[in-house]
Amino acid sequence: MKFLKTMAAACLLLAAGGVSAQAGTTFDAVKAKGFVQCGVNLGLYGFSSPDDKGNWSGLDVDACRAVAAAVFGDASKVKFTPLSAQQRLPALQSGEIDLLARNTTWTLSRDTANGLNFTVPNYYDGQGFMVPTKLKVKSAKELDGATICVLPGTTTEQNLSDWFRANKLTFKPVVIEKNEELAAAFFSGRCDAYSSDASQLAGIRANEAPKPEDYVILPDLISKEPLTPVVRHADDQWADIVRWSQFAMIAGEEKGITSKNVDQMLTSLDPEVKRILGVTPGNGKALGLDEKWAYSILKQVGNYGESFELNVGKSSKLKLDRGLNALYSNGGLMYSPPFK
Amino acid sequence: MRALLYSARFRGVIYQILVVSAVFALGWYLVNNTLTNLAARGIATGFDFLGREAGFDIGESPIAYSAADSYLTALTVGLLNTLEIAFIGIVLATVLGTVIGIARLSGNWLVARLATFYVEAVRNVPLLLQLFVWYGLVTSLPNPRQALNPLPGIFLSNRGLKIPVPEAHPIYAALLAALVAGLVVAWAVKRWAVARQERTGRPFPWGLTGTAVVLGLPLAVFLAAGAPFTLDMPELKGFNFSGGGTLSPEFAALLAGLTVYTAAFIAEIVRSGILAVPYGQTEAAMSLGLSRGKTLRLVILPQALRVIVPPLTSQYLNLTKNSSLAVAIGYPDLVSVANTTINQTGHAVEGVGIIMAVFLTISLALSFLMNWYNAKVALVTR
Repeated sequence: MKFLKTMAAACLLLAAGGVSAQAGTTFDAVKAKGFVQCGVNLGLYGFSSPDDKGNWSGLDVDACRAVAAAVFGDASKVKFTPLSAQQRLPALQSGEIDLLARNTTWTLSRDTANGLNFTVPNYYDGQGFMVPTKLKVKSAKELDGATICVLPGTTTEQNLSDWFRANKLTFKPVVIEKNEELAAAFFSGRCDAYSSDASQLAGIRANEAPKPEDYVILPDLISKEPLTPVVRHADDQWADIVRWSQFAMIAGEEKGITSKNVDQMLTSLDPEVKRILGVTPGNGKALGLDEKWAYSILKQVGNYGESFELNVGKSSKLKLDRGLNALYSNGGLMYSPPFK
Repeated sequence: MRALLYSARFRGVIYQILVVSAVFALGWYLVNNTLTNLAARGIATGFDFLGREAGFDIGESPIAYSAADSYLTALTVGLLNTLEIAFIGIVLATVLGTVIGIARLSGNWLVARLATFYVEAVRNVPLLLQLFVWYGLVTSLPNPRQALNPLPGIFLSNRGLKIPVPEAHPIYAALLAALVAGLVVAWAVKRWAVARQERTGRPFPWGLTGTAVVLGLPLAVFLAAGAPFTLDMPELKGFNFSGGGTLSPEFAALLAGLTVYTAAFIAEIVRSGILAVPYGQTEAAMSLGLSRGKTLRLVILPQALRVIVPPLTSQYLNLTKNSSLAVAIGYPDLVSVANTTINQTGHAVEGVGIIMAVFLTISLALSFLMNWYNAKVALVTR
């Protein structure tokens, strides 16, 4: 199955050569076709999942919508391509999508050898473990000899091996490629632990566990997973637009600009707010966009804090803490460079 | 010149040259286009990544493997796992398929109907679905702490089947040598017996003698060495059993799925092969005074095999290729390991190339072997 898909992706790579060989023109191509083609997860609650009417929502989806708002002044001008972990990089490399916002970890090899450019993390995650409460395990260090369910096609397998090697422990992986099959194997007791990014564990526990209270997520995080939207190499203007669309959402939260009060904020006397919202022109021209680009993002998508609370925070099913994803002023890592 | 143009033979050659060059040009274009575009996008190509540290673990491996080994070793583990499941699957599917095929021809109404039901039910349900059912069955066994313990030392749980295995001892190498020696002797005896029967007409029970030699020699060596035998018993330790041999749930589910599915096709092939031999052959053999067993072995089967072997080959190839569905239920076969490799290194084209090359090689080797066997059982025409 996945073999076929990989094959198809490889063929696509072959075929796409003739069509979109030119680099550095994603922005022009996007403007010409009138929408942003955005690669997202097949279905990951809180990050990208379609509802019963086919409307996508989630933190990654908001990253895509922010880019559409910046480019077109309309956050709805975006089309989503659901991609598996294996398909995502070839889909971006081949030009099938313009932007990949699919809980993808920023790593050195992906940033270089794979011909990609990572923009700004929109979620700082870490790999953790979920275990049945009845095992009475308190820390990941007690998992010596355990069988661990893990998804392939991510950095997860490697993190797991690295961490167990570093701690001189052993484990046996059970690697199943589909989320649902893997979750079913874990909840039937095939594995002692399930390892994935902590945000995903929360989603799986909330949505797929027969009884969510029978499972705990261990406090240990064994890796750094800066989940980051990605674009192709050698396309600097497009990378800038994607990067600053994300910064606009963070800067909006820093300055207290929300989707509700953005129109009142247009009359603000704070020079930084004026520059963000395009009251003082310049930033839009520098990016090649309309001066209202950041206004459109904040008006239609909202600031980072709003997006977080709605999709993964306390008002969602996942109930994740802000943690590392709080603003720097609250002890987190979210920080926007100045809009000058 | 004109004469040359009108020569059908000459034009034939020209057409062939044109077709071949067109195929090569297309192939060259595809390869060149891929390489150019990969380079244009700054994507590294080549097979250097095979030497780098893999950094991921594999659930089961016939050879020693750790995350510190190279991608090449990891892929080798995947390949060996694929070969293991394919080999055992082919043997079991052949045995089960033959039994079911003969059962469909049985005079017993119930046996024949059951066999028909099996073939029709199994053949018409997609294999992937069957694999999920098998895997669901296997993983719904009790957990290790409540493992079923039908015999001392044997534990059945959702972590697989644990059995005691003999502990390693130098005597096993000697036993293997004795077994090989036994096989050689048995083969020599058969040659001699067949030659003598052709010369003098006197038969010799070479089957019985051969079996006795093959089994007897290793047994004699084992007893002579004082029968050293200790078992490595599985015991519950921490999360799981340690010691003993394991049949993992993934392996068991995949093996059961592939065997049961392919056996249904093999059953039909066996049935068609047997039905292809006219009943007159049986009657003729019996009127010559051959026993039932000899009729089957010397008259019916050699002729049936000629019909059976070619389609059987394609079933063997199918089983081998279907083993790549392993990714769906977590058996670490070649495709599964290659998938992880592709994702960690980003070398998608090379990785898929390796998968294709390996499956092509396995298939061609299997097909070569079966063609050789087919030529051997084919009717000798003089």
